[in-house]
Amino acid sequence: MTAPKSLMQGPNALPTGLPSALPAGAILSRAEAQAIIERVVRMSKADSINVSIGTNHTTNVRFADNQMSTAGAVTDAGVAVQSSYGPKHAVVTTNDLSEESLRRCVQQSEVLAKLAPDDPEAMPELEPQRYVDVAAYLDSTANIGAAERAQAALTALAPARKAGDIKAAGYLVATAGCSALGNNKGMFAYHRATNVNYTLTVRTTDGTGSGWAGADHPDWRQIDFERVSARAIEKARASRNPQAIEPGRYTVILEPQAVGDLAGLVAFYADARQADEGRSPFSKQGGGNKVGEKIVDTRVTIYSDPADPQLLAQPFDGEGLPIARQVWVENGNLKQLQYSRFWAKKQGKTPTGGATSLKMAGGTSSLDAMIKSTARGILVTRLWYLREVDPRTILYTGLTRDGTFLIEEGRISRSIRNLRFNESPLFMLNNLEMLGPSERIAGTEAGGAVSMPALKVRDFNFTSLSEAV
Amino acid sequence: MTDRREFLRTTGAAAAALALASAPRRAEAAPRYDDLDRFQSGASKELLLEAINAAKVAGASYADCRIARFRQNFVVTREQQIVNVVDTDTLGCGVRALVDGCWGFAATRTLTREGVTTAAREAVAIAKANRVARDRAVTLAPTPAYPNATWKSPYTTDPFEVPLEQKVDLLLKSNAEAMKVANVKFVNSVLFFVKQERQFASTEGSVIDQTLIRSWPLFTATAVAPDFSDFQNRQGSEAAPMGRGYEYVVQCDLPGNARKWAEQAAEKLKAKPVEVGKYDLVLAPSNLWLTIHESIGHPTELDRALGYEANYAGTSFIAPPEEKLGKLQYGKPLMNIQGDRSQAGALATVGYDDDGVQPDEFLIVKDGMFNDYQTTREQAPWLADWYAKQGKPVRSHGCSYADSWGSVAFQRMPNVSLLPGNDNTSWDDLIAGVDRGIAIVGDGSFSIDQQRYNAQFGGQVTYEIRGGKVVGMLKDVAYQIRTPDFWNSMDAIGGKATYELGGSFFDGKGQPSQSNAVSHGSPPARFRQVNVINTGRTQ
Repeated sequence: MTAPKSLMQGPNALPTGLPSALPAGAILSRAEAQAIIERVVRMSKADSINVSIGTNHTTNVRFADNQMSTAGAVTDAGVAVQSSYGPKHAVVTTNDLSEESLRRCVQQSEVLAKLAPDDPEAMPELEPQRYVDVAAYLDSTANIGAAERAQAALTALAPARKAGDIKAAGYLVATAGCSALGNNKGMFAYHRATNVNYTLTVRTTDGTGSGWAGADHPDWRQIDFERVSARAIEKARASRNPQAIEPGRYTVILEPQAVGDLAGLVAFYADARQADEGRSPFSKQGGGNKVGEKIVDTRVTIYSDPADPQLLAQPFDGEGLPIARQVWVENGNLKQLQYSRFWAKKQGKTPTGGATSLKMAGGTSSLDAMIKSTARGILVTRLWYLREVDPRTILYTGLTRDGTFLIEEGRISRSIRNLRFNESPLFMLNNLEMLGPSERIAGTEAGGAVSMPALKVRDFNFTSLSEAV
Repeated sequence: MTDRREFLRTTGAAAAALALASAPRRAEAAPRYDDLDRFQSGASKELLLEAINAAKVAGASYADCRIARFRQNFVVTREQQIVNVVDTDTLGCGVRALVDGCWGFAATRTLTREGVTTAAREAVAIAKANRVARDRAVTLAPTPAYPNATWKSPYTTDPFEVPLEQKVDLLLKSNAEAMKVANVKFVNSVLFFVKQERQFASTEGSVIDQTLIRSWPLFTATAVAPDFSDFQNRQGSEAAPMGRGYEYVVQCDLPGNARKWAEQAAEKLKAKPVEVGKYDLVLAPSNLWLTIHESIGHPTELDRALGYEANYAGTSFIAPPEEKLGKLQYGKPLMNIQGDRSQAGALATVGYDDDGVQPDEFLIVKDGMFNDYQTTREQAPWLADWYAKQGKPVRSHGCSYADSWGSVAFQRMPNVSLLPGNDNTSWDDLIAGVDRGIAIVGDGSFSIDQQRYNAQFGGQVTYEIRGGKVVGMLKDVAYQIRTPDFWNSMDAIGGKATYELGGSFFDGKGQPSQSNAVSHGSPPARFRQVNVINTGRTQ
């Protein structure tokens, strides 16, 4: 992208000869990571040892009130060592990869492990595993420098500064990193990844309108900065002068980000053990869990798949278990809960590993078609400050934010005030009317592989009005 | 709230430790090795000065450098077993530079002369790149230089020196007490300790060395109905996190309280569901701290009010400053809200902030009137007109904080507290003044909009008040407020003897998001005719 010339001229022109974005050695290669892990394993005097390594380089630029505010670059690393003596174990971490520091880390974890009480749920170290290879590391992202980040910010700042009626606040973060795991049984896993996350909030200077848009992808070239900027600006202007409506139950069209904000919460409750113990929404009255039961509308399918081109996630979990495609909800039925190695063994099941990505399969309805089919309803851009109210039903409260509109007779009729909801994603997914295509969403600034469709649902429960813009 | 990482992360202990360490944001860790000599003050002071000099040479008009070691210790148990023991340790250097009134920041874990000077030059280069869209230069309010300053949290026992067995015994004993209660099937308990050794130097001549200790016992008892038709949790939120050492954990009497909390979890299974409506509320400090945090702490952050957090945490209904300072009636005259970083044992308490400023005590709300914002050196000059009117100098309140060596310092919340009344009003006195109401103890669900108007709060245990007396336990209670209406409905507060601190290690703000540890003190307080909803909805 190019920034308007007016901002690029004069004494404030971008400097040349900036340091290269990625410091040498910031991201360990597979061979380097493996060598460190093998070295650490050789230092061990314990019965078993598990070593986890991560290194990363993160750069960001932040702006607000139509000005640059802060920006930074951080290079860091982490090594975690778990030593075990039979059922006793402890973890010690450091961010210093020197020989001396690694040795201390091993020794300290051995000292603590010996002091720890027996863990009756301790599991033996994994044997070597096979993993799918996910190509999630792109030089196009890893090599982005301060000048390119500043230029990207200008796609929002330049039009906002020129227009006069809007203020832009945004954040762009690019990450490159690797993670590796290994143990004394020869298990070794390595994955490296890049990510770009860009979010933008545009507010109108009269204080009555606010719009948000975002994008997230491993590849810098896939981020359409101009499109994000145009969308947030359009939403801000369209949301001006919101009118109050009565809270109550409404047909709601949720954009993919809003769906992810609420439906993504179901993942927190997916633990099989909690369900079997009677303290989960997926506990069955009388005992056991609801696997195999219909829990939501039959059009809903939710899964994890590191190799999905929209996700590109780490293909192993933190213990080194391979992660492949795993369906959690299939055609409305609870297909699988998450089993740890211990709980799977106890219950005679297969461990699922921890998920590293989440996707709700989409449908074919466009947002326009959803709006056209709605006599009276509300269009929601995103949700904010969601907090659990009742874990028994996954009831959450939160608010709409940055673009909430009334739909009347098949078209957006006006901007409305934000509303507080008390609603469960399970109830919402039972009240489904239409699904759009699944899109990677950007609401989690850490980046992250989450893909959700837009949804039209009925009887969404709004409980009060907010004056907040 | 459960973190998304709970699911998306890997379940392995070692990797989980990394995730844990980076959840608040990155690690800390380990060993109490006396031979971390490069971190001894002499060696790191040299590096601090190398870094700020390198920034100056590269063109910075101002620079500061922090070299810090952040450690955490977790002991995690459930029922009668250990879940994990984790020590994290991270050490590094962050340099902040101003060039032509524009900020740049860079950080590295490489604590060598070359490492820190490279970071310093990178910070300057980033500042230069950002000049493309900065036409309002950053200017810093003056502060005295502190060339040889030190400060320590008020602790007597360093939790990192307490043997592991002692910590485990305390938790398992507490868990056992809770498990004695009928229908209490599960207990989760954690001891969480933080130690931050922070060194700071600026081009204005300050060199400051501080050690912060924080301790947090966490406890949850879960009661399950015999037919699996219901479950209820009770968290021990009265055992608040503090900027104190292991002596505080001992004072919390976890074994004694565990029994009480477990009994309350079991009692919640049989409690009466609340009827929706308007009630008078009597809120304990263990509940009110979070309401103060959300509805007073955040909207009075000056950067929020001016739009600097618009893309994440949001803005504030208390804006623009010139229309609100001295004009917004936050509450009745009995309401005084103090910002400070000086209360002994409070989480935000420090000797010097991350701008190198000695924080002061200031009234955010004075006799019910909005009086001041939280500020840093960059922000205080934005209120110059107001301070001139008040006959006060332009001075930062010392609210600058970075949660790691790898994080840029910005405005974070000091301890923000409701000051107690001057009489001896007690909890029972407040209850006695209520005909039909609800008393709430402990913090529960919490949510507030991005300008801090509309909020909803739950609690840990809630009691029905009739005719001035507590008559029984309620469940499924949440109160919904509009901030100015709520605080203006507060008509009575407890006296000095009722004042307590609550708080959290994890107040999130900024991009990249940083966690601030903050305490909020208050007496219990009474609020009239607040909207209460029933959250026990089923479909």
